[in-house]
Amino acid sequence: MRPVAIYSDLMGPDNVFAAIALPHLDAAFNLARWLTGSRADAEDVVQEAMVRALTYFPTYRGGSGRAWILQIVRNTAYGALKARRGERGAGHTGVDAAADIESIPDLADDPEKALILSDDLERMDALIASLPLELRETLVLRELEELSYREIAQITAAPIGTVMSRLWRARRMLTQAAAEGARR
Amino acid sequence: MSAGDCGKLLLLQAEIDGELDAAEAAALAEHRAGCPVCKRNEALLLAARQALRGATYHRAGPELLRAVATRIGAGGAAPQRRRTAVPWQGLIGFGAGAALAAAIVLTLLPFGRPQLVAALVDDHVRALQPGHLLDVVSTNQHTVKPWFDGRLDFAPPVKDLASSGFPLLGGRLDYVHGRSVAVLVYSRGKHLIELFVWPAKGTAGQPARSARDGYNIVHWTADGMSLSAVSDLEPAGLDQFAREWRQTP
Ligand SMILES: [Zn+2]
Repeated sequence: MRPVAIYSDLMGPDNVFAAIALPHLDAAFNLARWLTGSRADAEDVVQEAMVRALTYFPTYRGGSGRAWILQIVRNTAYGALKARRGERGAGHTGVDAAADIESIPDLADDPEKALILSDDLERMDALIASLPLELRETLVLRELEELSYREIAQITAAPIGTVMSRLWRARRMLTQAAAEGARR
Repeated sequence: MSAGDCGKLLLLQAEIDGELDAAEAAALAEHRAGCPVCKRNEALLLAARQALRGATYHRAGPELLRAVATRIGAGGAAPQRRRTAVPWQGLIGFGAGAALAAAIVLTLLPFGRPQLVAALVDDHVRALQPGHLLDVVSTNQHTVKPWFDGRLDFAPPVKDLASSGFPLLGGRLDYVHGRSVAVLVYSRGKHLIELFVWPAKGTAGQPARSARDGYNIVHWTADGMSLSAVSDLEPAGLDQFAREWRQTP
């Protein structure tokens, strides 16, 4: 992550909120971009989230500044998605209801096929983007932000067990899709 | 319990994600040793991780930083720039810098001298300041390469390594030890890699690695150029970057 000190040229000497929030701007944007699927929407979401965070700042009790900011970004993004999609709502794709973590993709004997995907960055991005929202956000927070299960649970307001099973589903779906693509 | 899960699936995943403590890991290791299901699931998890290395990390642009800073009352001013340059809008005041650089008789310290390593790392860290990273923003080597023409007294090689998992973000001009150098910026996940390029004095040399302040550096010379890759990427990843660079025509 970018060190806090380098933002000193943007902040007054005593803007504590900026010192906590601005170092996480990339993380905020990355999450918002992956949730909304658009740069412009992500920029709107991040701006709104940062203003909200400033409002909530008096209630911030320390701990991971990044998880706190990302939690607000995530909620703001869900609000934006809901507004965009109308009644259908943004979340709750029902992905957790299908309790089938035991089912295994048939590529399990040949996972190397998935590696072909790492040579095709655009397709990798498209596959992640096609994941259900809950799986996508969990995967992005783990693989791109390298956050702990506990932090992901906080940000996504889910129990750690749910985080773990979502991660597995997301990885399984990606590897399976990758193998199917490679087979074609 | 189905054929796909021996009951330890999520524990195994947690182990691969570095979430288990030593006691939990030891208990799992005992089970894993004789479990073909775990072996298969491990292969799948590792394949997924490998495939995900190439996923794009979307970075906030300088406009967003400025907009957010303004809205949260953090000064509200545009960030101070090291040069009076505005990325991708032309380099105001660039001419003066180039003339100065050209007028200097340039002597670079040989690599390995701590001063140069320190200078490269300092520059890398300084470049991470908002708006300082890129003078030319493009993932296309055919845009970045001509951009350097006329701005430097040499033509730096520019390669696109996106297919190897190191997409090009753009480039900038910089000054290291009093000489103007080309800096190519690549990404790997959320890590940035900066490749400093300047004319070499010696002959071709194999990559040598050093480290400073948590940053890794790989330096080599080829085709009359000195190249130094600086990043907070782990050493193996940076070695791979150097290897891909050298193998790409
Ligand atoms: Zn097992």
